[in-house]
Amino acid sequence: MTVPTHLDRSFREAALALDLVDVGFDVVESPIGPLFVAASPRGLAEISFDAEPEQHLERLARIAGPAVLRSPRAIDAAQRELDQYFAGRRRAFDLSLDLRGLPAFTVSVLRELARVPYGHTTTYGALAERVGRPRAARAVGTVMNRNRIPIVLPCHRVVGSSGDLVGYAGGLERKVALLELEGAL
Amino acid sequence: MLTDERRHALKTMMQAVALPPFERFYLEHRAEVLRVLRRTLGADRAEDAFQETFLRALRAYRRLEHGDHLRAWVLTIAHNVAVDVLRRERPTGELEEPGTEDSRPAYAELAHLTDGLPPRERAAVVLRYGYDLSYDQIARALGSSPDAARQAASTGVRRLRRRTT
Repeated sequence: MTVPTHLDRSFREAALALDLVDVGFDVVESPIGPLFVAASPRGLAEISFDAEPEQHLERLARIAGPAVLRSPRAIDAAQRELDQYFAGRRRAFDLSLDLRGLPAFTVSVLRELARVPYGHTTTYGALAERVGRPRAARAVGTVMNRNRIPIVLPCHRVVGSSGDLVGYAGGLERKVALLELEGAL
Repeated sequence: MLTDERRHALKTMMQAVALPPFERFYLEHRAEVLRVLRRTLGADRAEDAFQETFLRALRAYRRLEHGDHLRAWVLTIAHNVAVDVLRRERPTGELEEPGTEDSRPAYAELAHLTDGLPPRERAAVVLRYGYDLSYDQIARALGSSPDAARQAASTGVRRLRRRTT
């Protein structure tokens, strides 16, 4: 016997409405493939190209608490802004972010990354300079590679000093697609 | 020295190691909880009770220190919710048809009877005589052996007999 959809949905909605959820998540469709999206009451906590939820639940629980629940409502705002972005109708995101558990250097790099404008690219070295660590280009590359909130934190806009795209945790073809969408390629 | 924030983060992490994420716990037990509630309350009333059971579980989840007996734990919550539903209805004197003929009276009666038993014995008695689970199933729920489950149920029943005579 399975649990009827309406019953399942109503439990999930009630749980969120009663503020009992540490992190809500869902899988949403996008032009570059399904995305795993998770948000806590503090803000957007994760976007991943690996859309299999089971890969993410334990890490999210370690960061935010064990009340991790699939909950489309919890990621409503993020989904809406992502849809607008992919439709070419949004150039900047107005979402608060949950960056708990990240080292201070990572957070400062991500804050700088968030300021790289739509349709522009920068380099790992330039980003390193802007956080006051001009020789830390490689460390900046690592931060990009482990970025928990790609797309919204636009690590796809960071390229090598020679203009090579270099790499992307979600696969180079996705980096190309995002930069093309923004008219940067 | 630990700052408050670090201490909190550490606590969150320790808890995450000990407990499965709620989603996994919910997916694993929701079908059985609904089945049990339908059997005791009938299909209609089971739906509200289902939601209430998992909301209670979710509310208490963060306070759990380990995930050793989650099945027995959630079945006990479901049991308590079902008893509350039946108690609320009783004063009106308009009891609906129960899901099955004989499960509800035994079940409702057990709730009162077993109130003061030690938790393990109470769980074993309720699961055996209220939910009609086998000792194998009860053993799995309690994380013990079938013999230990049988023992807990029979000790519980003896204790109840002593109390009622």
